[in-house]
Amino acid sequence: MVKIGSNGSSSSLVVARDVSKTYHRGSEDLHVLQGINLQIDAGDFVAFMGPSGSGKTTLLNLLGGLDVPSTGSIIVAGDEITRLSGPRLTQWRARHVGFIFQMYNLLPVLSAFRNVELPLLLTSLSSDERRKRVETALRVVNLQERMNHKPGELSGGQQQRVAIARAIVADPTFLLCDEPTGDLDRKSADEILELLELLVRDFKKTVLMVTHDPRAAERAHATLHLDKGLLTQ
Amino acid sequence: MKYLPLLLANLTRRKVRTILTVGSFAVALFLFGLLYTIRASFNQGIEAAGADRLVVINKVSLIQPLPLAYRDRIQRTPGIKEVTYANWFGGVYQDEKNFFAQFAVDHSTWRAMYPEFLLSEKEWSDFSASRTACIAGEFTAKRFGWKVGDRIPVRGVIYPGAWEFDLVGIYKGARPQDDTSQFWFRWDYLQENGPPWTKGYVGWYVARMNAGEDMAALASKLDESFANSTWETRTQSEQFFMASFVKQMGNIEFLMVTIGSVVFFTLLLVTGNSMAMSVRERTGELAVLKAVGFTDTFVLGLVMTESLLIAVVGGGLGILAAKAFTVFGGDPTGGLLPVFYLSMVGIVSGLVATVLVGVAAGLLPALSARRLQVVQAFRRL
Repeated sequence: MVKIGSNGSSSSLVVARDVSKTYHRGSEDLHVLQGINLQIDAGDFVAFMGPSGSGKTTLLNLLGGLDVPSTGSIIVAGDEITRLSGPRLTQWRARHVGFIFQMYNLLPVLSAFRNVELPLLLTSLSSDERRKRVETALRVVNLQERMNHKPGELSGGQQQRVAIARAIVADPTFLLCDEPTGDLDRKSADEILELLELLVRDFKKTVLMVTHDPRAAERAHATLHLDKGLLTQ
Repeated sequence: MKYLPLLLANLTRRKVRTILTVGSFAVALFLFGLLYTIRASFNQGIEAAGADRLVVINKVSLIQPLPLAYRDRIQRTPGIKEVTYANWFGGVYQDEKNFFAQFAVDHSTWRAMYPEFLLSEKEWSDFSASRTACIAGEFTAKRFGWKVGDRIPVRGVIYPGAWEFDLVGIYKGARPQDDTSQFWFRWDYLQENGPPWTKGYVGWYVARMNAGEDMAALASKLDESFANSTWETRTQSEQFFMASFVKQMGNIEFLMVTIGSVVFFTLLLVTGNSMAMSVRERTGELAVLKAVGFTDTFVLGLVMTESLLIAVVGGGLGILAAKAFTVFGGDPTGGLLPVFYLSMVGIVSGLVATVLVGVAAGLLPALSARRLQVVQAFRRL
């Protein structure tokens, strides 16, 4: 069992037990993750590194409830998400997870404001309350001046900051970042990493980040390595 | 309402495509509206026909006459309440293009037989008072700008000569489907001034039966009573008579249904393709929606709503245009389709068809969006 608990918290936010993931390609079985045991405390900033195909993104998808493991169980904030499926798992994601992707994955037809507002549409908040929350999130990422701009009118770094605002606007339990700086220049990458650090430090967010970039991993409290589906610290 | 910006943003993503798809619906529903109107126009005689009226014509053909002497025999037949008769005149007013139906009618019985044609007492008494009197429907009067008191010259074709009539009344229809394009003048005037071979003959009889009578049995009884005579008859319900008349022009119903079906099927393909493209090109965005917590059912609903919105906006515009065309443009044939209006049933039928096509076109792309797996979608990007 790999335990991450740099903040001294007594209870683990994320617990993965004997998690494996196997894909079937014709007659061939592809073991992407094997026997993953992991414990992460609330408020940690953890980086996952490893070569391409090592299973980093798959692990992130499993922890975020986007995919289900072939075996094993995952418990997040007391919920055994491996027992959830369909709409219940989707609702769980909406409540607990903020996703940040390498390619930002913003909706190009919506303004920054509308993109950030998306997760709030799933809540019962009024229009005014949603507006306040979106403005706050955009202020955190320092983009309140560009809220009416569409993604195509923003730089890569700005788009990623909008994506971060979208990820935090509903105040999720933790953030999952899949190569958040992979498509950015150094300066923009550093800004994004500083923002993630800020979220961990000042807003007590838990951040799990997949990265190829050692300089990005240095910002994390702990770095876990994956190789051929096996986890090492 | 909170999802409206998302919905509108998706619809305006490819403006040209959306406009073209909406336009396809508009054109298709405009066409549907016109086809429905034309079909209804052809069938208006059937719809307007009296349920208790029988038409007695010559067994050989409608254009063969029947003796006037039959009037009393029909009247005396048990089950018959009243009888009237008429002749087709077929004259030309100013130009052959100015077609409208002209009937020489028996002024003493015609009114009672057709209470759905509305005229004042004075107009009827004026009609009865003068042999040269005539009455026109408001459609025809409006068409030629006639007013009561006008003298109407008509060139006889079947009944040669220059005929002149004095317009003493303009009738209206009690119902929208009533034909107000007819022109009536007195049968006795035709008798006096027509050629010798027309004397003592009428074109057809119309008989009203008593309530509760068996129409088919009564028709058979009438025909049997004239069997083996020089002038054998064929008696039909007025509705059947009108339907046969329409059928003589071809299978209008089949033609309309075929054209309509082809139009809607093409529309289904166009819209289905458009929606499929729309879903395919935003696979990543739909995956993002699911990742942040929107359910599969929401995504299905989103695509279906887009499809329906396109359908309803386009279809609504098309049907509105068709209605406007029938109201402001009127009969495009210049008198062949006097009852040319798009009824509420036609409008509702069009909108129902629109919604069905919208649902059918959006269903497959929506189901495909619903089935979309987030992880697989991201892997494809």
